[in-house]
Amino acid sequence: MLTDSDLQALWLTLRLAGTVTLILLLLGTPIAWWLARTHSWWKGVVGAVVALPLVLPPSVLGFYLLLAMGPHGPVGQFTQALGMGTLPFSFGGLVIASVLYSMPFMVQPLQTAFEAVGERPLEVAATLRASPLDAFFTVAVPLALPGFLTASILTFAHTVGEFGVVLMIGGNLPGITRVASVQIYDHVEALEYTQAHRLSAVMLIFSFLVLLGLYAWRPHPKKGG
Amino acid sequence: MGDMGDVGGIDARFRLDWTGFSLDVDLHLPGRGVTALFGNSGSGKTTVLRCIAGLERAPQGRLSVHGEVWQDDAPRGRWLPPHQRPIGYVFQEASLFAHLSVLGNLRYGVKRMLVTQAQRVSLDQAIALLGIEPLLERKPDRLSGGERQRVGIARALAVSPRLLLMDEPLAALDVQRKQEILPYLERLHDALDIPVLYVSHAADEVARLADHIVALEDGKVRAAGPLKDVLSNIDLPIHLGEDAGVVLQAQVVARDAQWHLVRVAFPGGSLWVRDGGQPLGQTVRVRILARDVSLALAPVHGTSILNSLPATVDHVAADHHPALALVRLVVGDAAGSAALLARLSQRSATGLQLAPGQAVWVQIKAVAVVG
Repeated sequence: MLTDSDLQALWLTLRLAGTVTLILLLLGTPIAWWLARTHSWWKGVVGAVVALPLVLPPSVLGFYLLLAMGPHGPVGQFTQALGMGTLPFSFGGLVIASVLYSMPFMVQPLQTAFEAVGERPLEVAATLRASPLDAFFTVAVPLALPGFLTASILTFAHTVGEFGVVLMIGGNLPGITRVASVQIYDHVEALEYTQAHRLSAVMLIFSFLVLLGLYAWRPHPKKGG
Repeated sequence: MGDMGDVGGIDARFRLDWTGFSLDVDLHLPGRGVTALFGNSGSGKTTVLRCIAGLERAPQGRLSVHGEVWQDDAPRGRWLPPHQRPIGYVFQEASLFAHLSVLGNLRYGVKRMLVTQAQRVSLDQAIALLGIEPLLERKPDRLSGGERQRVGIARALAVSPRLLLMDEPLAALDVQRKQEILPYLERLHDALDIPVLYVSHAADEVARLADHIVALEDGKVRAAGPLKDVLSNIDLPIHLGEDAGVVLQAQVVARDAQWHLVRVAFPGGSLWVRDGGQPLGQTVRVRILARDVSLALAPVHGTSILNSLPATVDHVAADHHPALALVRLVVGDAAGSAALLARLSQRSATGLQLAPGQAVWVQIKAVAVVG
């Protein structure tokens, strides 16, 4: 069956994807909310930046992050000044890179969901004495809940599936940055095809089940409320 | 408040300049009864309502309600955000929260009411007034359009508003649903002492519900005042078209059981109308459309017309079509009088040589008791 290092890689993968999803829920929600409601000129710019990882080769993103977080980069100098060392080849660095890389998978479904909620329910909430923050949590979020689910699942699954950014930023340190996709790569490099098969099958089944859940669960369109 | 009259009313001044639309209104609205904001689409009536609610902000605006300043864009100005304004707002589509049950929708506002706020309407009272008790556990998507709008109205009432704003609450409904809701709106008028601003483009709704009217056109006020004065003033360019007519406040004074009729008296005269089961002494509102009133120079005998009254011509004006004339008439005497409108062909008006001060007989073909 799976070796200890395979299990370790799987566990690390889940930990990374879980952490990234949580961080992106906190970070992506306000960005999506702003994008869904602003009329600012900046909307186009921010939207484009958020969408960049969709088209950019992961190695390009990884390369720039490596420079920025390295000992001579601005982020690296800052973390060193704080006495934290540098971020590349650490779990923290991997999380930061993955957050950026998976950002569109959180922000875009949320933005669509918030846009579908529209202005009216929030206006109604305001006339019923709800402050904007109150209305956000008690009206916008519940109405956009299917969007939150879709966004979280996509973000989680996408983080599980990443490879290029991990290799650039994380390297291949067992238990720290060696996630499942890298472990499979290692097995293949070492011609351990049996191991590669097993781990690949686990990943395949996992990804299929996640997507099956996502598409099968999708609720029926409601009659006008 | 009671006898303070208009001192506790609404003073509003809004100016807006959007592409293709500008608004410039200066309003003084009474602090009680139903005031209709009446006009065609694009006249700015909904925008005025949204400005009062704080959902829209006119950059140069001033608004005080019952003596309390909600908006003042002077230096060191004041802006009360919408959620701090003691209003109730009924939207054109009921706009219920889809994720909450009917009861959840009703409670949403009640939970957020200020503790110090006077409880003018209780939740139970709002539920009873709109007759939505059987619907409380349902989700909005299990309601008919009429039921949804009743819940929307109850939800706005349950927060005990000091001012109820209604934006064409019946416009999205078909005639039948409309008839289903109108009686509830009349009950509000009678049962609660909450001033209402009612936006509508439908003359029949305004005739039924309003005490005062503000007629808007192209973002400007064309006419404002008590309903009966504004409706009977033929010089004001209110485009009622086919619906031109007057509304009279009358009292049921006699019943003719044999013919199923009741006599309703108003200052200046009385009319026989269909018996709707109203008790003697009850106040009713009757609407007489200009097209249902014809004129004769002498009393006419041998006619099927039930209601015929002596009247004096007050004014003759052109109507919306060159073939038609609109005549304002006064019935009654110094002790009490009322104005009526009659629509004639220009040819008849000229043939009868109608002139102000002339005595005529009005024949009224139809009288509708509207509330």
